[in-house]
Amino acid sequence: MGKRVGMEVSIAASEAVRLANVDVIAAYPITPQTHIVEHLSEFVNNGELDAEFVPVESEHSAMSVCSGSQAVGARSFTCTSSQGLILMSEIVYCTAAMRLPVIMVLANRSLSNPISIWNDHTDVMSIRDCGWIQYFAENGQDVFDHVLISYRVGEDRDVMLPVIVNMDGFSVSHVIEPVELVDQETVDKFLPPYKPDIVLDPAHPVTMGAIVLPSCYTEAKKAQDEAVKASMPTILKGWQEFGDLTGRYYHPIEEYRTEGAEVLLVTMGGIGETAMWAVDQMREKGRPVGLLKMRLWRPFPFEEFRKAASKARMLVVVDRAISYGGPGGPVASELRSALYNEPKRPLVANFIAGLASRDVAPFDFIEMVDRAEGACKKGMEPEYEIYGVRE
Amino acid sequence: MKPEQDYKWRDFERGYVITEPGSSREYHTGDWRSQRPIFDKERCIKCGVCWIFCPDCAIRFDAEGYAEMDLDYCKGCGICSRECLPGAITMVDEEG
Amino acid sequence: MIEIRFHGRGGQGAVTSAELLAYAAINEGRYAQAFPSFGPERRGAPVVAYCRISDDPIRIRANISEPNLVVVLDYSILRIVDVTAGLKHPHGILVTDSKFPGEKVRADLNIKGKLAAVDATRIAMEVLGLAITNTTMLGSLVKASNVIQKDSLIEPLKERFGRIADKNIAAYERAFKETVVLDG
Repeated sequence: MGKRVGMEVSIAASEAVRLANVDVIAAYPITPQTHIVEHLSEFVNNGELDAEFVPVESEHSAMSVCSGSQAVGARSFTCTSSQGLILMSEIVYCTAAMRLPVIMVLANRSLSNPISIWNDHTDVMSIRDCGWIQYFAENGQDVFDHVLISYRVGEDRDVMLPVIVNMDGFSVSHVIEPVELVDQETVDKFLPPYKPDIVLDPAHPVTMGAIVLPSCYTEAKKAQDEAVKASMPTILKGWQEFGDLTGRYYHPIEEYRTEGAEVLLVTMGGIGETAMWAVDQMREKGRPVGLLKMRLWRPFPFEEFRKAASKARMLVVVDRAISYGGPGGPVASELRSALYNEPKRPLVANFIAGLASRDVAPFDFIEMVDRAEGACKKGMEPEYEIYGVRE
Repeated sequence: MKPEQDYKWRDFERGYVITEPGSSREYHTGDWRSQRPIFDKERCIKCGVCWIFCPDCAIRFDAEGYAEMDLDYCKGCGICSRECLPGAITMVDEEG
Repeated sequence: MIEIRFHGRGGQGAVTSAELLAYAAINEGRYAQAFPSFGPERRGAPVVAYCRISDDPIRIRANISEPNLVVVLDYSILRIVDVTAGLKHPHGILVTDSKFPGEKVRADLNIKGKLAAVDATRIAMEVLGLAITNTTMLGSLVKASNVIQKDSLIEPLKERFGRIADKNIAAYERAFKETVVLDG
């Protein structure tokens, strides 16, 4: 086990990018991602990282540069937030379909309008179906580790997909906390050099990003869907091997105090830690409440989720985004549909909370569980509720 | 390359990469044509303006240097005819 | 777990105080967390920063509403912000910049618990030449509570302040000495 070092999580993310020895960084600064870009540009400027830093004029260009670089065989990195993400989104879809394993850290932030620089998941949910592998980190250690894991998994010959590491803006990205770093030797053991089978090379011309006609588009999309699904064994293997090197093992869904739990809170991202605290408090009072933390969002871990949820009577899902006029929060609606065909399935209560960094404290989780239980007793299947909204 | 309707989902290269350079030559866009250009060698001055303007790069030159059309790719747009300085290119309807 | 809330004005270093304290605790082999109350940063506007210190991994990622300790970097804040809100009774400690004696602060704010006061602004002006009271108030904080060992802050101060580290260490030490602690 390495030494725990106190550092800002954004700095830890940059450290991981440096250790991954990337070749190209193209990013445009946007709150709350800025510290990562600043730190990486310092690394390049000081000669601590031998990479091309491209100071692009927009996020659309950032993702274009990264995709192009990756296509010629250069390991690439970008990071963004919120409006930056939706400006780059046109290219984000291409990167995945073209199977270019760019790695992106998203410091999650709400979308305008009204303008908000604060944290929730409305940005990443807008590109839910972009075809990238998507992790959600809950603390600085997760972020650091998953930048390295992402390169290992994304560049694997059996995967060749880009990866998003989501971290909550501010409440994760800007926190000073202890992080256990990994030394260069261990990283090199874990992460082989990037060697794609096919690259853009004038000496051996190939065409990337061509058109297909309607007669083939269906088959092309089927191939993409299968590729994302087929990444699961490599994702699991990546976690296993990383764990064997560092002692830190990760899983698609992290279970906390689920033994004998009748009610399970479900969270994704940084609020998972606060939810653990809340679960401890409820357990102390003898309440059979546990917690599922979604670490892997794409590919969706159906098998692991169904297994984890099967014994519970009710799930209390806390979403950080909202589908206007739709089924509530995106996480709850996917969990519901994952359970729909199960012979025995728990009720699913859904709370949308923590929009634009509104604090979600331990007592809020307890309140959500109470409310969901109350609705159940009255025989109502809870649909969704925007938690804590002033009426 | 096999006909597109024969492609099954596993048949694509990863990321839909086309590994054979210049394979678009196999796609004969000349089928789209409703008019064809007729070249009058008496008038052609070998200036190459038609070659410059042809949006499909379908103009070639014969052994003597006169412009002619590769009908496998000519879509019959008529731009060459319009731009030809000495008026050596006439568009005529495709028959049948 | 100890939860500490810092009140200051933008530019006075409340956020830096919280960060330095966290670094010091982590260097002691403990767990800590520091973060600002995030907003558009404006010099002079009241800001809040938070720090948690614990012997076990910290599993809470929410603002601090019931602090064990409150540190006020600028006496003028006391007029406009309810700095003692949620302060844990009866063991909560208020550590504040003040040009008046602690007894007057106690009477003005009607505080019953433990109180530590120091004229941090004057010390900062004399030692640093600037009214930035972050390192000064850390000296006062460490005097008022045993939240970290006094020397644990030296390394973080050196790392953060580089060539002006010595002055900041001097301000830290002097505030430690001059702070008056009144038990509740």
